[in-house]
Amino acid sequence: MSSKKQTELPAPKTGFSRRGFIGGLGIGGGALGTGLMEPETAAAATAGVVGPGPVAITLNVNGKPLKLTAEPCVTLVDALRNYLDLTGAKRVCDRGTCGACTVIMNGKSVYACTVLAIDAQGKNIQTIEGLATGSNLHPVSKAFVDNDAQQCGYCTPGFVMACKGFLDEHPNPTEEDVKHGLGGNLCRCGTYMGVRKAVLQAAKEMKGGAKNG
Amino acid sequence: MANTPDYSWPPMDKRKVMGQRFKRLDGPAKSSGRAKYSSDLNLKGMLFGAYYTSPHAHARVTSIDTGDAEKTAGVKAVHVMAPAGTEIQWQGWEVAAVAATTEEAARQAARKIKVEYEVMPHLVREEDLAKAGTRAKQGGEQTTGEPDKAFQDAEAVSEGEYGISVVTHCCLEPHGQVIQWQGDTVNVWPSTQNVPGYAGAMSQSLKVPATNVKVKMDYVGGGFGSKFGPDAWAVVGAELSRKAGGAPVKLFLDRATEQMVAGNRPSAFGKFKVGGKKDGTITAWQSDVWGTGGFAATNPPAQPYVYTTVPNKRHTGTTVSTNTGPQRAWRAPGNQQASFLTCCAIDDFAAKIGMDPLEVFKLNAQYAPQARVETYRYQLDKAAELADWKKLWHPRGQSGSGTVKRGLGIGIGAWNGAGHASKCRAVINPDGSVSIEIGTQDLGTGTRTIITQVAAETLGLPMSQIKLSIGTSELPPDNASGGSTTVGGVSTSTRKSSMNALWKLFEAVGPGLGAQPEELEAVDGHIRVKGSPNKSMSWQAACRKIGPNPISEMGENVPNQAAREGLNTGGAAGAQIADVSVDTETGIVRINRHTAVHDCGLVINPRLAESQVYGAVIMGIGTALFEERVMDEQTGRMLNSDMEFYKLAGIADIGNIVVHMDIRPEMDKRGVIGLGEPPAIPICAAVSNAVANAIGVRVPTIPVTPDRVLATLEGRKA
Repeated sequence: MSSKKQTELPAPKTGFSRRGFIGGLGIGGGALGTGLMEPETAAAATAGVVGPGPVAITLNVNGKPLKLTAEPCVTLVDALRNYLDLTGAKRVCDRGTCGACTVIMNGKSVYACTVLAIDAQGKNIQTIEGLATGSNLHPVSKAFVDNDAQQCGYCTPGFVMACKGFLDEHPNPTEEDVKHGLGGNLCRCGTYMGVRKAVLQAAKEMKGGAKNG
Repeated sequence: MANTPDYSWPPMDKRKVMGQRFKRLDGPAKSSGRAKYSSDLNLKGMLFGAYYTSPHAHARVTSIDTGDAEKTAGVKAVHVMAPAGTEIQWQGWEVAAVAATTEEAARQAARKIKVEYEVMPHLVREEDLAKAGTRAKQGGEQTTGEPDKAFQDAEAVSEGEYGISVVTHCCLEPHGQVIQWQGDTVNVWPSTQNVPGYAGAMSQSLKVPATNVKVKMDYVGGGFGSKFGPDAWAVVGAELSRKAGGAPVKLFLDRATEQMVAGNRPSAFGKFKVGGKKDGTITAWQSDVWGTGGFAATNPPAQPYVYTTVPNKRHTGTTVSTNTGPQRAWRAPGNQQASFLTCCAIDDFAAKIGMDPLEVFKLNAQYAPQARVETYRYQLDKAAELADWKKLWHPRGQSGSGTVKRGLGIGIGAWNGAGHASKCRAVINPDGSVSIEIGTQDLGTGTRTIITQVAAETLGLPMSQIKLSIGTSELPPDNASGGSTTVGGVSTSTRKSSMNALWKLFEAVGPGLGAQPEELEAVDGHIRVKGSPNKSMSWQAACRKIGPNPISEMGENVPNQAAREGLNTGGAAGAQIADVSVDTETGIVRINRHTAVHDCGLVINPRLAESQVYGAVIMGIGTALFEERVMDEQTGRMLNSDMEFYKLAGIADIGNIVVHMDIRPEMDKRGVIGLGEPPAIPICAAVSNAVANAIGVRVPTIPVTPDRVLATLEGRKA
C-alpha cells in the first residue's frame, strides 16, 4: 500500500526533506503520500510573470471561491491564515518538515507552506474548517477526541487533515501502514499513541462514506 | 458538631466523576481547528512583526541603519533593541524589529536593516572541558564520609564518562504574542504558561499600572517550561504597537530564532567512579560534572540522583559559559541530566560486578528518601514484570551472534509536584447553573477537564452543568503552570470553592429538609439528607431557595497548609525500562517497547494521566535518540535551527509504550500530585543502559545517534 505508492513518486529534485533524509538512513516512516514532491512544472509554466507587488488571487477553499490580494511570494498557509482568517492550518517549522499546515489540494495532502498561493489557484483546497458538516465532528476529528490524540493541539489540525488524506487513499490501513502514512507530521507533546488508534478508528467509521466527505 | 465543610476527597469507591476516563473537554475545538491560539488571532488593523537577529555568536554592534527598513512600503514602526555598542553574546540575539501591514512587508523590511559588527571570539561547545579555559568555573567540591578510604576498601570499582546534550524546547507554537499598547492600557494575547503572572510582569517592564494590563489566552501550543514570563519579545511588541499609534502587533518568533534563543535544556557531562561490594551495595561515589546553559552560569545537576545517601561521596560541578542561547526550565529541569548520569553509573557498576542491574537498583534504593524506598522497589519490580525482564534481560553484551542486538535498561526518577498557590471562585446561580472561575491555563495537560471533574464531583452534578472560565487576568489568580504544580493547585482550590458554595446552598435548603448543613450531601443532581435518600430535593429546586443573588464563594490552595489538609501533596517516584534493538552495522537504535511505571497520588482522570506519561516518554525518546543542538565551532552558529535536522521523534520512531499508573490505595490516600514532568525524567538513562546492555559497551553521550553507536563499536571516542 503506502510503500508501493512511494516508489511511484518522483524523488525530490533538490534539497532534503525530513522524509527523504530519514528514508535514506533507513529509519522513520518515510511516507511520500502528501504529494509534497509532485511536479508543479505545468502550473509554473502557465503562471507567467507576476509581482513583485500584490496581485489578485482567487482560491477555491472548501468549495467557495475566496479572493485576496497578496504578493506572489505568499504561501498557501500564509494566505489562509493571514488573509482569509482560516487559522486551522498552523505554520510551525517554516519549511516543509512538520506537517502542521497540511491541507488537501485536489485530493492530495500537501504542506501548505510549500505551495505558493498563486499556484494553488484553480485547485480544490480543503482545509480543516471545511471538514465538518454542520456542528458534527468529522469522523477523523471525532476519533482524535475519542483516543486523546491531542494535547496542546497545535499539530492536531494538520494531523487530522493528513489522516483524512491518508484514509482517502488507504481506506483499510494496518497499524504499520499508519506509522508510515502519517510519518510526515510531527507532534511535540507526544500524542502518537492516540493518533495510531484514532486513524484505525476513523478508518472503520468512514467505511462507505463519500470519498471526500 | 462539624459546622464547616469537609473538604477531604471522597473515598475511591465513592467517586462518581473523579477517577473516570472523561475525554478532554477542549478536544472537539482542537481536533476541528476551531481552537484559536494567540498566534491565530487576526485583529482589526493588526500589524505583523518581524525580527532582525544577530548572525554572530559574539560581536559588538558598531553601527545600525534602519533607514531602508523604515522606508519600506507598509512599515509602521521600527524598534532597535541592540544599538551601537551592544555586546552580543549568542547567535539569534534580537537586534531590531519591524511592524508592517503585512507579514511579507515586515520580513522584507527586517532584511533591509544594515548592521555592522566587530566580531569577537566565541566558545559554543563545552563537551571538551579542556577547551573551555577561563569560561569554565568550578562550583567547589562537596564531600561526605570518606570517599578515598571507601574506594580503597571497595570490592569493585567501575568508571565511566557520560554526556547528555543540549536539546531545545521546540514548542510548535513559537514564543510571542499579539499585543496592543494604547496610552496607559495594554491588551495582550500571549502564548504563555503563566496567564495570572503575565500582567504584573508586563506592568513592570512597560511602567503601566498592572490594573491596565489585560491578558487573555485560550490555548497555548506547547511550553514545556520555556514560556513563563512575557520575555523581551512582549516588550518589543508593545514598543512597536505604541510607535505604530496603538495598533495591535502580532510578533512571534520564526522557527530558526525559536530554536536558537527561546529555550533549551542545559547539557551535562561527567566523569564517574562508583565503588562497592560484590553483593551490589554501593559504598563509594565520585562524580565530576560540567555543562552549559548558555552565557550565564548554570549549575550542573547534583549527584548522585535519588540515591542521595550513599555514605561516602565526592562531587564537583563546573559551569561553562558559552555563546549560545539561554537555557530555560525544560520539563523537569535538571532531572533528566541527573537521572541519566546517576543511572548510567549505577548500571556500569552492576555490569562491572556481573550483577543484574534490576537487583542493584532495588538494593541501593536504600539510599532513596526513606518514604519512597519501598515505592522504588515496588515500581522497579512492576516495570520489570511488564517489560518481561526475567525473560528478555541478559548480561551485558551477551545478545547473540546476529548483527541486530537487543537489550534492556533501567532508569528512575523523582519529582515533587505539590500544588501551587491557587484561588478559585465557584458561583451557584438561582437557576441552578454553575460557573467555576479560575485564572489558570490549560497547556494541553487537561487542566480544563480535571477542574470540571472536581467541581462536578463536589456538587453532585454532571460535567455538562459546569461552566468553566480560565485564561484571563481578570479571574481569581491561579499560578504559572510549571513544576507539575497545576493539578494539585487547581484541584484543591476548585474543591474548596465548590464545597464552600455548596455549604451556602446547604444552609439555604437545610430548614426545608429539616437538617443541618453537615447532614446534607449533593448526589446525582439532588441535595439530600445523608442516610435518608427520601428526604431530598432536586438541584434546581434547591437553587431556587437561594434568593435573587447567586452564591459566590472562594477556595484557595495554600501550599504550606496543603499537607495538613491532605488534598494535594508532593513527592512522586517512577521507574522505566527501555527495550531496544541496535543494528550494529548501521548504528541505528530502535525502541521495541518502553515501560513506564509512575505514581501521582490520587488520579483525577486516568485517560489524561496516561496521555501525560505517553507524551513525556515520546518526548524523551526524541531526546534519547535524535534531538541535539549542534553548534559549529568555527562559525559559532547553530547548524540545525530548524525541524529537519533538529529531529523530533515521529509516529514510527517510538515503538510500543506501556504505561502503568501506580494507584495503590496508599498512593491514592496521599492526595493529588502533579504528573507532567516525572515521566520525562528516567527515559534517557533507560535507553542508554539498554543500548549498553545490547552492544556490550557504553555509548557515552546521548542522543544515541548512529554515528555515536558506530564510533563506540569501533573503539573511537563518540
